[in-house]
Amino acid sequence: MSFDRIREKLNILADAAKYDVSCSSSGGTRKNDNKGLGDSHSSGICHTYTEDGRCVSLLKILLTNHCIYDCLFCVSRKSNDVKRAAFTVDEVVELTMNFYRRNYIEGLFLSSGIFKNADFTMERLLLVCKKLRLEQNYNGYIHLKTIPGASDELIKEAGLYADRMSINLEMPTEAGLKLLAPEKSHADVIKPLAFVQQNISQFAADKKLIKHIPKFVPAGQSTQMVIGATPESDKDIMYTASAFYKNFALKRVYYSGYVPISNDSRMPILGTQPPLLRENRLYQTDWLMRFYGFKVQEILNDANPNLDVDIDPKLSWAIRNMQHFPVDINKADYRMILRIPGIGVMSANKIVQARKFGKLRIDQLKKIGVAYNRAKHFITCADTPYQIKDYQGTQIKAFIMADSQSKYLKTDNNQMLLF
Amino acid sequence: MNYIFDGSLPGLLTAVFEWFERKPGKVVLKSTEMFQPEAFAESLLVESNSDKADRVWKGLQKKLKKDWLRIFYCSYLSEIPEAYNHLFQFTIYIFQNELGAQNNYGNEHVIALAKYAKSVEREKHRMEAFIRFQHTADGIFYTGVDPDFNVLPLISNHFKNRYADQQWIIYDLKRKYGLHYNLSTVEEITINFTNGVNSKNPSAILLDEKEELYSVLWKDYFKSANIVARKNTKLHVQHVPKRYWKYLTEKQLS
Repeated sequence: MSFDRIREKLNILADAAKYDVSCSSSGGTRKNDNKGLGDSHSSGICHTYTEDGRCVSLLKILLTNHCIYDCLFCVSRKSNDVKRAAFTVDEVVELTMNFYRRNYIEGLFLSSGIFKNADFTMERLLLVCKKLRLEQNYNGYIHLKTIPGASDELIKEAGLYADRMSINLEMPTEAGLKLLAPEKSHADVIKPLAFVQQNISQFAADKKLIKHIPKFVPAGQSTQMVIGATPESDKDIMYTASAFYKNFALKRVYYSGYVPISNDSRMPILGTQPPLLRENRLYQTDWLMRFYGFKVQEILNDANPNLDVDIDPKLSWAIRNMQHFPVDINKADYRMILRIPGIGVMSANKIVQARKFGKLRIDQLKKIGVAYNRAKHFITCADTPYQIKDYQGTQIKAFIMADSQSKYLKTDNNQMLLF
Repeated sequence: MNYIFDGSLPGLLTAVFEWFERKPGKVVLKSTEMFQPEAFAESLLVESNSDKADRVWKGLQKKLKKDWLRIFYCSYLSEIPEAYNHLFQFTIYIFQNELGAQNNYGNEHVIALAKYAKSVEREKHRMEAFIRFQHTADGIFYTGVDPDFNVLPLISNHFKNRYADQQWIIYDLKRKYGLHYNLSTVEEITINFTNGVNSKNPSAILLDEKEELYSVLWKDYFKSANIVARKNTKLHVQHVPKRYWKYLTEKQLS
C-alpha cells in the first residue's frame, strides 16, 4: 500500500468517525490465553486525550464514508460534498495490530457508512473482526457498530467476536429523528438492540449450565443521542435514556452535543457553539441514575423539564428537597449519604466504614475526601457548630455559588452576589 | 525517639519487629537517606533482618486481606519519606487492634496509606496508558520511562499478559533498571547506555524501518480525532499532565 494513500484514508475515515463519542474500552473479559496479542483491562484504559479533552482509547474509524443515506446531522450524508474513501479489510487489520503493539490503543472501534446495503456492509465489518480474532490471535477490544437492517445471522456471528456492539438512536425522540432523517426511525434501532440483548441473556443463561460457552458481546451494548440539534427538553432526553437503560440493559448512553456541520435551516447554523454545558449536566444526571440511586422522575419532571444550568443536578435536587436535610453523617443510611451534595460514592463508602469506629468530625470528613464547603449546608456530624438560623434552599444555593467558580463561565457577569 | 532503617521493605518490617520487642513508646521511622542527627532525640539504627521481616509480613497477612496488603505495598513503592513512618505506625496500629481496624478512615495512618496507594495506582495506570513502544531493528519493542513512583513491579504482569507474542523492554531511566520480556518470562535488567545513545528516543538507525510509518499514522490519527469546535485545553492538560508529554508519540513534533 502506498504510504500517502493510507495516510489520506486514515485522515478522512478517522475524521468522519470522531462524532461518535463512545470511546470506552471497559467491560472486556477477553484473556490472552492463546499467547497472542492483547488482553482486556476490565476498567479500560484511555491511552491519550484529544485537545478537546476526550479520551482516546480505541482506533475509531469508519470502514468507508460512502453512504446511501442522507441524514442531515451526519457529515457522511450522501449529499454532502466531502472526500470519500474506503479501507480494505487488511488495511484495518494491519493498522489495528500495529497500533496495539506500540501501546497506542486498547482496540478497534469500527463503524461504517452504508454502502450498497446493510448486509453487504455488515459482512465487511464481520470480516475484519474474524481476521483479527482468528488469523492474528488478537484479544484486544473490539467495539462494533451494528448496522440496522442487517440480517440476524450476521449480527449474531459478529457478537461472537466483538466485545461491545452499539447502534445510535441519533435523536432523542422519534419526531426529532423524522425531521432530520426521514428514511430512519427508532424502530430500526430497537429491533437489532433487542435482538442482541436477547442473545446476551441467552448466552449468559447457557453459561450457567455449560461451562465452555463462547463469549457474546461481553461488554454489552451502548447507544448515542445527539443533543441540541432538535428542540427536545432535558426531560425528553433523559426519559428516553432511562427507558433504554431499563429495556435493553444498556451499559452506556452517550450524549453528544451537536457540532454544526451543515447550513440546513432545520438545525443550528454553522459556527454555533456546541452545547457543552448542557451535555455535562446530562452526563451528571446519567451518573445520578446509575450510581447514586436517583430515579429520573426525581430529577426531571413536568415542574422541572430542564436541568439547571448554573448548578449541578444533585445540588439542584437537594435544594428543592430541603425537607430531607440536614442528614446526620453518623446515623443516616448509605443511600441517603449518597444524596448529599459534596459527597461521592468513594467518600460515602469510607464514611459508612469509618463511623463504626467512632463519631466522625469535620476534620475527618475533609480528609476522607468530602467537599466540605458544599456538604456543610446539608449535614450534621460530631462537631457541627450549633446554628440558630434555618436557611432556605435558595439562600444555600447563593452561598455555594458565591464561593465556587464554574469552569464554564468565562466571565462571571451574571453571577452576582446577593449580599 | 527515631528508628533509622535502610529504606528497604524488609528493613521497614524489621523496624516493626524491633518496636514490639522493646516497646519504647513513641517512635518515628526514618530512612538513612533522609535522616539528619537531632540533638535531643535518641535514635536506633535498625538492621534489616529477613527472618524478622518475614514474621511481621506473615502477621500482616493474617490481619489484612489482599486489597490492604496491596495498599501497603503501593505505599511503600511511593518512596515518599513520610510514607515510611505512616507504614510503620499503621502496622503497629493494625497489630494492636482487632481485625478490621484498617476500615477506620478516621485514623490518620489509614487515610494516609489510602492516599499514597491512590497516587501510586494512578501512576501505575498512567504508565499502562502512556507508555509508547518503539519497534527496534532487532525486533524488540522498547520504551524508556521515569515514573514519579517505583511502579515497574506493578505493571510487569499487565504488559506480560498483553504483549505475550512480542519481546519488550520497559526501562526506568530514573531508577536505572528495567524489565525485559523474552517471550516466556519477565526479567529485571540494567543497561549500560553508551555515550551518545538517547535512551528515551533511540535514533532512527536503531529502529525498525516501519516504525516511522506507524508513528506518523498515529500522529495523524490523533489530529483527526480532535474536534476543533470543542477545544478544551484545560481538560486536556488535566488528563494528560505536561510531564507525560515526553512519552507520547502523538505529542512529538513532526
